[in-house]
Amino acid sequence: MTEFLQHLVNGLSVGTIYALVALGYTMVYGVLKLINFAHGDVYMVGAFAGYYLSDLVGVRPPWADPPPGAGETFVKATIVTMGSMIICGLLGYLIERFAYRPLRHQARLTALITAIGVSFLLEFGFQLSPLVRSPIEFPPGPSPRVFPALLARDGYEVLGVNLSNYDIIGLLVALGLMLGLQWIVYRTRFGTAMRAVSFDSQVAGLMGIPVNRIISWTFVLGSALAAAAGIINAVSRPRIEPLFGLMAGLKAFVAAVLGGIGSVPGAMVGGLVLGLAEEYVAGYTDSSYRDAIAFTVLILVLLVRPAGLFGRLTVEKV
Amino acid sequence: MTFLRQLLRSFLPFLVGLPLLFAFHEALRASGSQAYTLLLTTVGVNVILAVSLNVVNGATGQFSLGHAGFMAVGAYTSAKITLALAGLQLSFLPVALSDQLFFALALAAAMAVAGLAGVLVGLPSLRLRGDYLAIVTLGFGEIIRSVIENMKSLGQATGLSGLPLRTNLVWVGAGALATVVMARRLSVSTQGRALFAIREDEVAAEAMGVDTTGYKVRAFVISAAYAGLAGALISHAILLATPRMFTFVRSIEVVVMIVLGGLGSITGSVLSAVVLTLGLEALREFQAYRMVVYAALLIALMLLRPQGIFGTHELWDLKLFKRGGRKPTAAGGPGAAGGPAAPGAAGAGGTP
Amino acid sequence: MRLSRALALTTLTILAAACEKRTSVAETILIGHVGSLTGSEASFGTSTENGIRLAIEDINAKGGIKGKRVAAKTYDDQGKPEEAAVAATRLITQDKVTVLLGEVASSRSLAMAPIADANQVPQISPTSTNPRVTKDGDKTRPYVFRVCFIDAFQATVMAKFARESLKLERVAILRDVGSDYSVGLADFFSKKFEELGGTIVSDQSFKSGDQDFKAQLTTIKGKSPEMIYTTGYYTDVALLARQARELGIKVPLGGGDGWDSAKLFEIAQGALDGSYFSNHYSDENPDPRIQSFVKRYREKFGGTPDSMAALGYDAAHVAFDAMARAPDLSGPAIAAALAATKDFPGVAGVITIDADHNAVKSAVVLKIEKNKARYVTTINP
Repeated sequence: MTEFLQHLVNGLSVGTIYALVALGYTMVYGVLKLINFAHGDVYMVGAFAGYYLSDLVGVRPPWADPPPGAGETFVKATIVTMGSMIICGLLGYLIERFAYRPLRHQARLTALITAIGVSFLLEFGFQLSPLVRSPIEFPPGPSPRVFPALLARDGYEVLGVNLSNYDIIGLLVALGLMLGLQWIVYRTRFGTAMRAVSFDSQVAGLMGIPVNRIISWTFVLGSALAAAAGIINAVSRPRIEPLFGLMAGLKAFVAAVLGGIGSVPGAMVGGLVLGLAEEYVAGYTDSSYRDAIAFTVLILVLLVRPAGLFGRLTVEKV
Repeated sequence: MTFLRQLLRSFLPFLVGLPLLFAFHEALRASGSQAYTLLLTTVGVNVILAVSLNVVNGATGQFSLGHAGFMAVGAYTSAKITLALAGLQLSFLPVALSDQLFFALALAAAMAVAGLAGVLVGLPSLRLRGDYLAIVTLGFGEIIRSVIENMKSLGQATGLSGLPLRTNLVWVGAGALATVVMARRLSVSTQGRALFAIREDEVAAEAMGVDTTGYKVRAFVISAAYAGLAGALISHAILLATPRMFTFVRSIEVVVMIVLGGLGSITGSVLSAVVLTLGLEALREFQAYRMVVYAALLIALMLLRPQGIFGTHELWDLKLFKRGGRKPTAAGGPGAAGGPAAPGAAGAGGTP
Repeated sequence: MRLSRALALTTLTILAAACEKRTSVAETILIGHVGSLTGSEASFGTSTENGIRLAIEDINAKGGIKGKRVAAKTYDDQGKPEEAAVAATRLITQDKVTVLLGEVASSRSLAMAPIADANQVPQISPTSTNPRVTKDGDKTRPYVFRVCFIDAFQATVMAKFARESLKLERVAILRDVGSDYSVGLADFFSKKFEELGGTIVSDQSFKSGDQDFKAQLTTIKGKSPEMIYTTGYYTDVALLARQARELGIKVPLGGGDGWDSAKLFEIAQGALDGSYFSNHYSDENPDPRIQSFVKRYREKFGGTPDSMAALGYDAAHVAFDAMARAPDLSGPAIAAALAATKDFPGVAGVITIDADHNAVKSAVVLKIEKNKARYVTTINP
């Protein structure tokens, strides 16, 4: 039983990250019907932005030179997270503006290729050995870096289950962000506009909705969420390197599809379900088949519900 | 008479091509320069991959991301066979000829088994559309890789090494030729017309009595079989089959090739496979900057020419070749090249 | 027409990139290196490359080989076997390298080995531990060598150490299923450990690049082993160790030379204290050869060298040594000299090449205390 509960905690902790990244996929897909392939890399950039920012505000690992300042505080953690979200929001805006917008009226696969291009550019760009050495080493190069602890870790043991404040904060932040997103989408004018663009961007434009601005903001929001996910993940699993967004992005994409791409609660549930499924598969069956079983589950779910758990299958009219 | 002419159309390219390939192969061997053999092999293999994926992604408008998985199936099937037959020889034939005969057998088996895998992946396409299908094919590729990594008999992460050198430029050239002829003949056949119809509007095609599911599965099978051929060829060129060669990044590379060449355009796929492979090789001098340059070029090319090098057209549709020009095989325009765009978008809609 | 413009652009780019410089082979000896400078294993390829560059600086400072300067040419293979094969071919046929160094991973060395053999250019792999790299079926590949242990030896060292010195009964294994190095080491370890009377209580796996290992660790915890033998690279092990401690697992971890890196301690931050791993050398070793290597590496590249860097450095020096001894710089002559390498003092151990072209050298077992690796014992082959 203890083991079961421990798996539950672990799975939720991973699922949270998938969910947050999946939210970005789902939003962009909702308005553009585009798989934003570079999203996983925005998540990676988010973590690196956090890495550099925490150095700036004086949160450094204990062996760093110069030695850490006053140390970690809640305020500093918030500054770093917010700063990284802003940086990634800007990055998301730039990617949309220069790589996707010119292709908006072209075939969707075209934009997919530029998305892959942007993804490669970020991944391999960050893998280059540092060109700038001071004040920071940028690009960070291929070897992994340690993400400083933005908050002190408190471990608890409840009923033999080990959990930490990181897991709880991560889950709360994710839930908060999701509720906030849900509120934005369904209760604000911006959200209404977003849904209108998603429904039919041409008609929405005719109704006086600034389609371009809405799409830009959608990218900004999605990328900021990815940055938040990057920070939450990096704090509890403090190894960051330029390629770690690749797999996370892929998994999050799977989660978004599982939940029904385009649906906000779907992405959240999809992320958590995927996290838990992987955890239990790895825990109770042969862990070497983890990825295979996770994908099998996905395929089976999709065969039963072809539009994902929360997606609506619209009837095609001719 | 028509039958004879059609037969000739299928075989004429080989009648012309094979002697040329043999001559080229011998000339290269006589010159003693093996420098470009492997490079040309990878070019040929990429041509096979791109043209065959184009059957599913370009012609049928289904979005498949699992091409590397089929490659893996073909590579391992053929590797197992050649390894098992390595010591054997048909007594009535000289060694070299007997080896090549066995290799032909291995290639055929690779295509057959990969085709079977294609049925498996094609079946979900009965129910799934657009990006949902994409994720299933991607998942399938990963499952295949995961299974290989866990099978002791398939060498796990190391894979199967010590394969005999069987692939030569004649095989690769013939394979590429076969793929191109297949794609070309397909596009002018009933099957091909049905695939185009599915791409343009699946519902309308179904209403017109096109057996959409059957055609889609067949497209998957054909495409998978040729991917298996590519896998078998490359593994017998570098004498190794290892899971690392068949990651989903490999599938993505092929998708990039066909989109860059123009979805649905055979010559486009061939050209972009050749250009991208040789281009990446030429960029090798840039060391770690190579992929950055490649990525930047990819974005730039896509922005400059969004519909791909050829769009849905073919080389022979160019004004250069035909004044006035006949109608291209399929209507161009954004909707047409969109692949999964049309049906997928509606199916996967819903509010954000 | 835009089409022709796009075509022209592509052609132009290709042509521009294709214009390459030809280096004059006369006065310099060119060494080729194939490594993953980008991709998921770029961290290792870059280390090896740094080690090789340091070695080349050394030899040129000493006046080169046979009066000729040594230069290196490196091609990136992105961690893909086909790319490694193409790059090796290009180095041999176009750049006419004298010796080929690489690759880190066995699966890529295996793709290069037939090419080296066919062209009679000696290949030295710094860190490919799979026995099949130097073997073609039953016979030894004439032109392929390595300067590291093979999986079997290193795993035996740790299995013996765990069973006989630490007197452990129950060990759990956690392997990286995507890496041939890790799988090989884990297989040989479990075989040897069971032969010696121990029990493998759990055999779990992960994939390099995974962010979370808690699922496997939770299961392992339930089996209450006395040690977790985890054969991944330092990039994963450090994170894994932290998560083990977070789950309240207190038993030591065990591992191989893939652990050796300053990054391990940086990321683990004490989580590995009490753990053991086998390695080629200890950077505590007062031997001036090792100390000067560590010092110069730090000055030039920043950061302590990992085992990949040390072995890259050794591979290059073994090659130089063989070239100096060989009567001429032809492939067969160098290969013969390489095969005759005996008691070569490298930084990662004293290397003797055996009949199978493997490096025979002793291994050290290190214990991690206070986030630093301490020397425990040396085990001879």
